[in-house]
Amino acid sequence: MDLPADRRYSKEHEWALHQPDGTVLVGITEFAQHELGDVVYVELPKAGAQVAQFKQMGEVESVKAVSELYSPLSGEVVEVNTTLKDSPELVNESPYAKGWLVRVKPANPAELDALMDAAAYASLTA
Amino acid sequence: MSDAPTGPMRETVLHGTHVRLGGRMVPFAGYDMPVQYEGILAESRAVRTGAGIFDVSHMGRFFVEGPDARALLDWLHTADIGERMPIGRARYGLFCNEAGGIIDDGIVYRLGPERFLLIANAANAAEVLAWARRWQAERFGGCTLTDRTGQVAMIALQGPRAVGIAAEVTGFDPAAVRPFHITEGTLLGAPGLTARTGYTGEDGVELMPASEHAPALWARLMEAGAVPCGLGARDALRLEAGLLLHGHDMDATVNPIEAGLAQFVALSAGDFCGKPAVARAAADGTARTLAGLRTRERGAVPRPGAPVLAGDAPVGQVCSGGFGPTVEANIALAYLPTPIAVPGMAVQIDVRGRLQDGEVVPLPFYARPR
Repeated sequence: MDLPADRRYSKEHEWALHQPDGTVLVGITEFAQHELGDVVYVELPKAGAQVAQFKQMGEVESVKAVSELYSPLSGEVVEVNTTLKDSPELVNESPYAKGWLVRVKPANPAELDALMDAAAYASLTA
Repeated sequence: MSDAPTGPMRETVLHGTHVRLGGRMVPFAGYDMPVQYEGILAESRAVRTGAGIFDVSHMGRFFVEGPDARALLDWLHTADIGERMPIGRARYGLFCNEAGGIIDDGIVYRLGPERFLLIANAANAAEVLAWARRWQAERFGGCTLTDRTGQVAMIALQGPRAVGIAAEVTGFDPAAVRPFHITEGTLLGAPGLTARTGYTGEDGVELMPASEHAPALWARLMEAGAVPCGLGARDALRLEAGLLLHGHDMDATVNPIEAGLAQFVALSAGDFCGKPAVARAAADGTARTLAGLRTRERGAVPRPGAPVLAGDAPVGQVCSGGFGPTVEANIALAYLPTPIAVPGMAVQIDVRGRLQDGEVVPLPFYARPR
């Protein structure tokens, strides 16, 4: 399964990717999108909202089911992927790139150390 | 839509095929069935634009034979199963209790002068069979009722390319078997039934080979271009087509008039079980009516149980709802007070605390181009 080595992973199947500007992009993994099936709606926090590590930040809905989204880190949401409103299928088609969910300004960058690297996450979902 | 199993999990003869194809298996009406293979949206699109195949072998297949067969079915079923029903015809209708409540819906096919096939929903098959047997014992002793659900498989082949694929694979003649007809012939050289019926809103056939021949037929249909589809796509497609699902959109507390199914009730033909109650509902009107709802924007998906509001007052709840892959909108069915169940009426659906603006729309949500 496609698993980029450039980011960290949570056991709730979210990923977090450090950006050059210090913010962190958040999305769900290939494993998660495959388990969910066709995504038809994503409920995300608004820009400016505070999110807390491993706490619910939204919902992702597939044709058959609703699943909670958990933030892999704490901080302030500085940007939301607004293209998902009309094209939620991007979460399925491109979970690691075009289907990103939110951009977070981390409250404590060291929190990412509590997440897994690609190898550890790969063994979790093996 | 996955109903809790009521006993040990059963498998259709195509179970191994589903697992080999990577189908995601879920419990449904006591059977271990595929909810999807590649994905519900892709499978739904295949049926709307090409052809899909569904294993519907879990549905009940009962053969009714003998001098009293027609009279028994005419009594059980709301459609007109009269003397003049032609051999080869299929009729959709309801099975009602004495109070006019819907025990199940299903299709009755006339195979011969005294030979019929009745197809019931998997979840209700045992109840329908027991109920039919009770009436048979009481009033229609001159016929036999045989459950061949396990011996005869059923594959629904649906979509604009379905009839062409059936012609190629089984020699099906669409000119000889019009929609809502059935023929007895051969499927890959072995005896089998082909019905021009389905549950997707598309043209297509339902192929009924002896169970042992079903895996080979499934494989041939795939080679000819039919895409394997699961229960998820079946549910999405039937909802778009405005086709009701028993247990969600109708049950024994609902009569056919409330459910908008008056056209499938032959009030001017012979008697059927529950007819006085249904006739009364048709004459007096009903306090509630099943309505189609469509939300204005894509948002949280209305699912069964979601409250429906008009003004600020609760007026009903969603019985079936979801994202319609072809209409690309969230759609739902709900029983509403009859004065509100009128196309154009504004409603809101409360989806887990988020109010979605929508309106009552005519059914079906989707009709295939003709």
